[in-house]
Amino acid sequence: MTILAIVLLVLGGWVVVTFNGLVKLRNQVQNAFRQIDVQLKRRHDLIPNLVESVRGEMKFEKETLERVIQARAAAVSAGQGGNMNDVLAKEGMLTQALGRLIALTENYPNLKANDSVHKLMEELTHTENQIGFSRQFYNDVVTRFNTDQQVFPTNMFSAMLGFSPATLWELPADSPERENVKVNLAI
Amino acid sequence: MDIFEQQAHNRRMTAGILALFVGLFLFLGLGFDFFYGSFNPVPAVNLEYNADGYYESRRPGAAASIPFGTIIALLVGMGMAANSMVNGPSMVLRSCMARRAVSADGKEKQLLNIVAEMATASGLPAPAVYVVPDQDLNAFATGISPANSVIAVTQGLLDTLNREELQAVVAHEMSHIRNYDMRLMTVLAGLIGAVALLSDFAGRTFRYGGRSSSSGGSSSSGSRKGGGGAVVLIFFVVWIILMILAPLLSRMLAMAISRQREYLADASASELTRNPKGLIAALEKIRAAVMPTSAINNGVAHMCITDPRGSLIEEKMGLTADLLATHPPMEKRILALKAMAYQAEHPQQL
Repeated sequence: MTILAIVLLVLGGWVVVTFNGLVKLRNQVQNAFRQIDVQLKRRHDLIPNLVESVRGEMKFEKETLERVIQARAAAVSAGQGGNMNDVLAKEGMLTQALGRLIALTENYPNLKANDSVHKLMEELTHTENQIGFSRQFYNDVVTRFNTDQQVFPTNMFSAMLGFSPATLWELPADSPERENVKVNLAI
Repeated sequence: MDIFEQQAHNRRMTAGILALFVGLFLFLGLGFDFFYGSFNPVPAVNLEYNADGYYESRRPGAAASIPFGTIIALLVGMGMAANSMVNGPSMVLRSCMARRAVSADGKEKQLLNIVAEMATASGLPAPAVYVVPDQDLNAFATGISPANSVIAVTQGLLDTLNREELQAVVAHEMSHIRNYDMRLMTVLAGLIGAVALLSDFAGRTFRYGGRSSSSGGSSSSGSRKGGGGAVVLIFFVVWIILMILAPLLSRMLAMAISRQREYLADASASELTRNPKGLIAALEKIRAAVMPTSAINNGVAHMCITDPRGSLIEEKMGLTADLLATHPPMEKRILALKAMAYQAEHPQQL
């Protein structure tokens, strides 16, 4: 009788600890996802400033600038729509357009010497890195969350406790981000 | 070994050395109490002639089984370490005349951005950022917990490194914070202090207690020796030798742990940036600057990216470096990082 009670107590304790651990991780996953959102928003806010300050110097790159502006508009509307795959695709396009713009500014010594452009470029690099790292952190947390659910013997109970695996932040198979950025460096 | 294997290996090594350290401390402390105090884990049974005219077996009181020396040494050592931990960060920053990084300056703004990025990558709150006015290349982290930690870099580092390399260095410091190395090294400092204290106790007792205890002390130990005199004698000799070597031994063990934590921080930094090459490039540049970082106190050497005393010991690959340096030789660190970079580029060849 005592042994049974002890076994039940240990089992109950194990379930409680597992459950609490999973809840903690699930909240971390949600928080990490919000962080990506914050960074994407930041990027949207930054782009108009950047485009304005380089427009005068980069008259001959109108097409690239236009593409950045369009990609931003598409990404903002996708973010308001809230469709996950749409957001991924549009943000990917924006990343690519911005990458091309940053690469092209290397051709303009006047821009590089300009202090305010220099600062904006640093801000843009920072935001791009933030997006990358928050995505990386999100994927790390999701991986930990999923692994904790899938290991034996938790895998028998996790669905019963109301947990389901979270999805990794992956690029869609046809994402433009998967392509190599093509930059014509001939001046 | 890839990044995660190296991390697991380093954690195991740290645990092993720490266990060895605690073992050494317990051996010294309990030995001290056994020889000089009244501590005896297996107390001899005293036969006493009681009032009724019988022999009665009596165990010595509870006081005999409490190792006072060990406990006192541990408390004092840990108390000193805890004090240094609470007051340490601000004292360290003041001693090296560090100032807050300001976002008005372009390069410092970049540093602030990088620190924010690494905080995002590690999922920790962003630490405060300081700049040390020194032309040498170095950086350190300090603070009790991730919530109120500090990362400081020298002016020279800020001027010399590019963005990618600076990011790698900050990631290394962030890893020290994430791995709670400050706390670990504080515990180690406490243990070193306790061992030194014990060694000091023993030395004094040996010198002054020798004559007076010849009557009282030896008679009580004489009764102990009744069982296994030879074993106790061997134990005593080993203990004395260890006691003499204790200050050196404990320091060597602490340095061994410090070196493991450096490898671990390097591996974790590569995990954060997913770019071991940045850290390789940064370490190559730091290595080329051989001047000692005079502004940084030696007390935080284990939290720096490289030893502030200059890279003389670090460059040696021999026995001295293996025993006494806070950081592993640069060559070995760079080699381990190159292995990681290779693994990252050729994942299918595992």
